[in-house]
Amino acid sequence: MTATATGPHHLQLTREGQLRHFLTLDGLGRELLTDILDTADSFIEVGERTIKKVPLLRGRTVVNLFFESSTRTRSTFELAAKRLSADVLNLDISTSATSKGESLADTLYNLEAMASDMFVVRHAQSGAPHFIAESVTPKVAIINAGDGRHAHPTQAMLDMLTIRQHKKTFAGLKVAIVGDVLHSRVARSQIRALNELGVAEVRVIAPGTLLPRDVEALGCTVEYDMLRGMKDLDVIIMLRLQKERMEGALLPSEGEFYRLYGLDRVKLALAKPDCIVMHPGPINRGVEIESAVADGPQSVILNQVTNGIAIRMAVMSMAMGGQLAERQQALNDMAKQEVRS
Amino acid sequence: MKLSSRPPAGSVKIMGGQLYRGATATSAGALEANPGLLIKNGRIAALGPDALTQAADETLMAENCIVSPGFLDLCCNLREPGNSQKGNMSSETRAAAHGGFTSVCAAPDTSPVNDSGAVTNLIRDIAASRALVRVLPIGAVTRGLKGELLSDMAGLQKAGCVALGNASRGLSNARVLRRCMSYAQTFGLTLMFSPENQALAADGYAHDGLVTTRLGLLGIPEVAETTAVMEMILLAEETGVRLHLSQLSCARSVDMLAEARQRGIQVTADVAMHQLAFTEDALSGFDSRFHVRPPLRSESDRKALVAGVRDGVIDAIVSQHQPHESAAKQAPLAASEPGLSSIEVVLSLGLERVAANELSLPQLLRALTAGPAAVLGQSAASNAGLSAGAVADLCIFNPDQSWSPGPGTLVSAGGNGPVLERSMPGVVCYTLVAGHKAWPSLLP
Repeated sequence: MTATATGPHHLQLTREGQLRHFLTLDGLGRELLTDILDTADSFIEVGERTIKKVPLLRGRTVVNLFFESSTRTRSTFELAAKRLSADVLNLDISTSATSKGESLADTLYNLEAMASDMFVVRHAQSGAPHFIAESVTPKVAIINAGDGRHAHPTQAMLDMLTIRQHKKTFAGLKVAIVGDVLHSRVARSQIRALNELGVAEVRVIAPGTLLPRDVEALGCTVEYDMLRGMKDLDVIIMLRLQKERMEGALLPSEGEFYRLYGLDRVKLALAKPDCIVMHPGPINRGVEIESAVADGPQSVILNQVTNGIAIRMAVMSMAMGGQLAERQQALNDMAKQEVRS
Repeated sequence: MKLSSRPPAGSVKIMGGQLYRGATATSAGALEANPGLLIKNGRIAALGPDALTQAADETLMAENCIVSPGFLDLCCNLREPGNSQKGNMSSETRAAAHGGFTSVCAAPDTSPVNDSGAVTNLIRDIAASRALVRVLPIGAVTRGLKGELLSDMAGLQKAGCVALGNASRGLSNARVLRRCMSYAQTFGLTLMFSPENQALAADGYAHDGLVTTRLGLLGIPEVAETTAVMEMILLAEETGVRLHLSQLSCARSVDMLAEARQRGIQVTADVAMHQLAFTEDALSGFDSRFHVRPPLRSESDRKALVAGVRDGVIDAIVSQHQPHESAAKQAPLAASEPGLSSIEVVLSLGLERVAANELSLPQLLRALTAGPAAVLGQSAASNAGLSAGAVADLCIFNPDQSWSPGPGTLVSAGGNGPVLERSMPGVVCYTLVAGHKAWPSLLP
C-alpha cells in the first residue's frame, strides 16, 4: 500500500549485510543464521576451559536492561558478556527509573551518555527494542532479549543450535510447537528460524484460544488434537503456560489443559523413538510437561540452557563487530565530506 | 482573519478554473467551467457570466484550480480547552483552513469534557475569538464520556451543539446506549458513535490480522466493530433516533450500513481519510505514527470503504485529526497515543485515491462537502453547495500542483502527520469563510 514503513530487518544489518542489532529473525537469511550457529559452536569450547574468557568485547560496556523480570535469560546474557570480557551493568528497570515517571527514551539517553556499547533489552511491549534501535540510540548495538509477543531471537537460535547438535541437519525434520502460541514470542521466532533453515514441517498444536489469527501465514500447519499431532515428530517443543491464562477465560482449567496438551510419556510414545523434547523454560511440571519426560532420556532442556550462553556470545560479538564497522564507516564518510569541502 | 471583530467583508471576484457546485441526492455532481463567481457581503452574489460584469474589491485568479464549497469535517480534535500541549483553537483551525476546511466539528473529549452547556459556551467563546474557521461543537452524550449517565442533552443542544456523541470511545452498556438514543430522539438530536465493543477490543491497538500475528501485536478483531454496528443499528431502528456511525474501518460494516438504509433506518456514516489510504501494512515496522483507533485494517477492508464512499453509502470522509506532542509518539507502539495529525493532508490523500482511479473527483468532493452537510442538516448549509445567496464558504485548490507535507509546510501544532516529506498532489490556494480569507492566513 501507500505507506512507506520499512520492516525491522532493514534496521539490524549494516550496508554490507553484517548484523549490527539483533532484533528479530525476520529478514535474516539462512546463511546468516548458519553463521550464528557456527560461531556459537566455536564458543562452546570456551565454556569448557579452566579460564572461560575470550577478549572479543574487552573494553566494551554491555548494559542488561530488563524491563521485565527474568532469571535464566538475564544470567546467560551476563555470563556471555563476561566470557567475552565485556564490562557488564545489570539494571532492573522495572523497579527504578520508570517508576519515577522517566520515559523509556530518557532512561536510554542517560545510559547512552555513560558510553554504553550494547543494550540487551527485554520489554513487555512488542517492538520496544526496535523502537530503541530506530529512534532512540541507533549507535548502541541493541540485542532483543524478548519483546512482548513479538520475538525472542536468541532463544530461537539456541533452540536451533540444540536441534542441529542432535539431528545434524534441518532437512526433512518434522517439528511441533505445543501450547500457548498466541502469547509466545519464542514460538514466533522459532517458526521463522525453522522455516528459514529448511525443516520439512512446523506444526503448532494448541486449542483455538491459544492460537493467533491466521497463524498458518507464519509458515506452519495447525493441529488441535495432540494425539494426532505427535505422529512422525523428530522434535517437540513445549511452551510455557502462564497461570493467568485461566483468568483471561482462554482455558477452563490447568487440569483440562494438561490432559489434552500436556506432554506425558503416553503421548511422547506416539512420536518417533528418537524425538527430542525441548522447552524454553521455566517449566511448569504437571501443567505442560510430566516430570518423567522433562527429566527423561529424550529431554534436551538443559542442553538448551548451556547452548544459550554460546548463542548469546555469538550474537553479541557479531553485532558488536557490525556496529563498530558501521561507526568506522560513518567516520570515514565524515572525513571524506570534510576533504571535499 | 478571526471570525469575530473583523471588518465587513469586501467583495471578491473569482475568475477561471472549474466550479464544483455540490451534489444532489442522486448524483455526486460534476465540474463545470467557471466564468466567474462574485462574493458580496459574505455571500455568493452571482455565479457565471453575470459575475464578470460587476466590479469587486479583489479578484482571485483560479486558473487550473477547482472552486468548491468549503470542506466540512465531522470529526476533528482541536485540543482546546485542556490539552494545549497538543494543539489549540488557533493552531488547529489554521491547519483546518490550510486543508480547505471551512467548518470543523469539535470532538467532545476536551478537558473538561463538553458535557454541559457551560463548556459548549466556553468552546464557542474561544472559537469566536481565535478560530479561523467555523467550529461546530459536538456534545458528549454521556456525562464525562463515561458511558454511564446521560448528559444534559437539551442543554447542550440549546448551547449550540450540532450533534452529540461519545468521542472515539464506544458505549459498552447497551441499556445506557438505548436510553441515550431514546432521550436524544425526543429532541431530534443526531447521535454520533464510533462503534466499538470494548470487551472485544480489550487492550488491542492494531487490526487483528496478518501483521498482528507476525509482530505479536495485540489485535482488535473486526467483530469488535461489526457487533457494535449491528447493535447500534438495531437500537436506532427501535428508538427512531438519527444515528451517525463515525470512523468505520471494516468492509462488513459497510454492508450492514447499506442494508440498514435499504430498510429505511435513519443511519449515516463516515470514514477517516487515512482508512482509505493506508492498511495494516503501515505498522509492519512498528511505526507508531500509524497507531490509530479504530486501527488500519486489511486491503480488502480499505477497498470496501472506498467503494462505500464511491457509492454514497458512506456519506462523509473525516480527518479524525488528532494532533499530538512529539513525546506522545516517542514510545513503543503499544505505549504511544493513537491518532494522526491529518487535517492538512486529507485533500491530498483523497486526490491520490482519485489518481488511482478509486474515486472520481466529484465523489471525493461530495464526501467532503454535501455529504457531511446532509448528516448535520440545516446547520451546515454553507458547505452543501454553491448557489446565489449561499454563504461564501469556499475552498479553491489546485489538484495538479504538488507539495511536500513536512515540518516546514504543515501548520498544525501536532508533529504526527501521516506522510512527511513525500510529494503529494493538491495545494489549497484559498480557503474563504464568509468571503474572508482563512488561508493563506495572516497569522505567523
